[in-house]
Amino acid sequence: MTKTNGNSKNKLHGIWALTNRELKKWYKAPAVFILTLIQPVIWLGLLGNALNLGSLVGSSSFTLPQPLVTSLQLTPTQVGGLQGFFAGIGDSILQSTFGTTSYISFMAVGMIAFTALFTTMFSGMSVVWDRRLGFLNKVLSTPVSRGVIILSKVFSATLRSMFQASIILIIAIPLGFKVGAAFTPLSILGIYAFLFLICVGLSSLFIAINIRSTRIETPMAVMNLLNLPLTFASSAFFPIDRMPQWLQAVANVNPLSYTINGMRQLLIDDTINYSALSMQYAYVGIFAAVLTTIGIVLSWRYLNK
Amino acid sequence: MSEDIIKVEGLTKIFNHSLVAVNHISFSVKQGEIFGFLGPNGAGKTTTINMLITILKPTEGRATILGSDIANQSNEVRESIGLVPQEYTADDDLTGYENILLCADLYGIPRSTSKKRAIELLQLVELTEFKDKKVQTYSGGMRRRLELACGLINRPKVLFLDEPTLGLDVQTRTATWNYIKTLKNEYGMTLFMTTHYLEEADSLCDRIAIIDHGKIVVIGTPTELKDSLGGDIITLSIKKDIDISELIKKLQHVKEVKKEGGSYMIKSEVGEITAPLIIEALRKEGHVVTKLSLTKPTLNEVYLQYTGKSMRDAADESREAGMAQRMMIRRAGH
Repeated sequence: MTKTNGNSKNKLHGIWALTNRELKKWYKAPAVFILTLIQPVIWLGLLGNALNLGSLVGSSSFTLPQPLVTSLQLTPTQVGGLQGFFAGIGDSILQSTFGTTSYISFMAVGMIAFTALFTTMFSGMSVVWDRRLGFLNKVLSTPVSRGVIILSKVFSATLRSMFQASIILIIAIPLGFKVGAAFTPLSILGIYAFLFLICVGLSSLFIAINIRSTRIETPMAVMNLLNLPLTFASSAFFPIDRMPQWLQAVANVNPLSYTINGMRQLLIDDTINYSALSMQYAYVGIFAAVLTTIGIVLSWRYLNK
Repeated sequence: MSEDIIKVEGLTKIFNHSLVAVNHISFSVKQGEIFGFLGPNGAGKTTTINMLITILKPTEGRATILGSDIANQSNEVRESIGLVPQEYTADDDLTGYENILLCADLYGIPRSTSKKRAIELLQLVELTEFKDKKVQTYSGGMRRRLELACGLINRPKVLFLDEPTLGLDVQTRTATWNYIKTLKNEYGMTLFMTTHYLEEADSLCDRIAIIDHGKIVVIGTPTELKDSLGGDIITLSIKKDIDISELIKKLQHVKEVKKEGGSYMIKSEVGEITAPLIIEALRKEGHVVTKLSLTKPTLNEVYLQYTGKSMRDAADESREAGMAQRMMIRRAGH
């Protein structure tokens, strides 16, 4: 007879194997990985520059019309002063609207959150694939804990998002990204903390939504339904106080807004409002805790049916 | 062959409070047996297997594997079983070797042990030279063998095989079964399998259960099942149009004689003994036999008798399903 399995057992065995399985799919296909980066970079490069009022109304793009200069008989010093005044308008509009003179910096932070949203949505899709391909059933017939199956999905999505976000920030630097005066190396840890919380919350949500589904159309529909509203009803591209009232109401409860505002404080603001920052951490933290609990409880119940 | 490895008593699964997928089934599987589970699509085969491998909770009844209850001691059950699923679950992007190690990790087998076992299993299923190739380069037969190797990584006492040869060509199917038999002898396992190929079930299984509409309609060895149909059938025609029924009835092993038009339908317990006797006896009486054929009942007839549905139709359906599945199995980029 065969000898009994002298396997060392703890509740979490298999978590690294399953997480790594997801990650391997991703880092073993660098072409796909690069493709996923193209979209955010285009957003940054095109929209970030197009809306950058500082360069649209900057000193280089703005010259006083020659007829005006002659008719008013302005001296070169006066022309320079006026041009400087008009050029400053762009920056001051940007400063008052976005809290920074660089729209690209404002938007890059939004893009990080956008990437997190996207990557975690795909984690919902991978659950459906595993079910359809029979892999989920196979894993369920092994002694791996049900919670571990879910947690491994959450962790792999979170690690991916955090890595992708870092890449986007690095790409944003040559595009004109500037950190604020309040930035310290410690802020990077703060950013990762925000990303970790929001990704854990969002991926738990999407996994719970998709855990029962056998159709690949379901996660697609969910993605289409939630993707743009969640992004635009947040402070990703535009400050909330400039939005119409009804949109403000949505954006003010959207956890993405809190993540983005928190990350902006850490990355691009010149001063940090610590009471607001701790509020933002608390909000995103509670969101993550509640959704992870719901996600794991639902998945657990369903997987144990 | 004495100990009951799998014991099932009144096992029932009802979906959504109304759909009865498995309806109070009871059976047992003995140590070292190959137990075949046959039935049309939707008869409850997969639901039963899913309950036994602890991924579905029974609504009623109970089942034990090696004495552990599938509902309350599912972890003990999971430790001692292996699964070879219908689908190709190995990861395309990983190599065969990495796939086996992944399976080992799911059982919490330490790396030092699992590496040794993986090499050993790859050798058994003759995939050693492809072990570092990505699974996407494997053929259907190779993938199937890899699934087998994965299913054996925890040295299971009971191996569940769900349609292990679905969608494979005849050569690959035969080869796959040879592997399965070798592995079974090597590890002294008990096998529980579902299949759509009746010839396979006939030649491989020690015992067979036919399930239809969630109930087991008949259970026994392939020979018992075929015998239950009443023996071999001899069809016979002679030149002259006279009734020879009485003459044939006296012969050895003959159970029944029916005259249908110009020919006779004779049921015999052992057809190959009766047939020459008939010819002999008729020649003595001066009759000339013009036609004679002998048909042995196959599992096809047994299956038809008990389910009222031709297995060929069912097999075609499932082959189509298998094809569709394989087409989408190549995972999209993500």
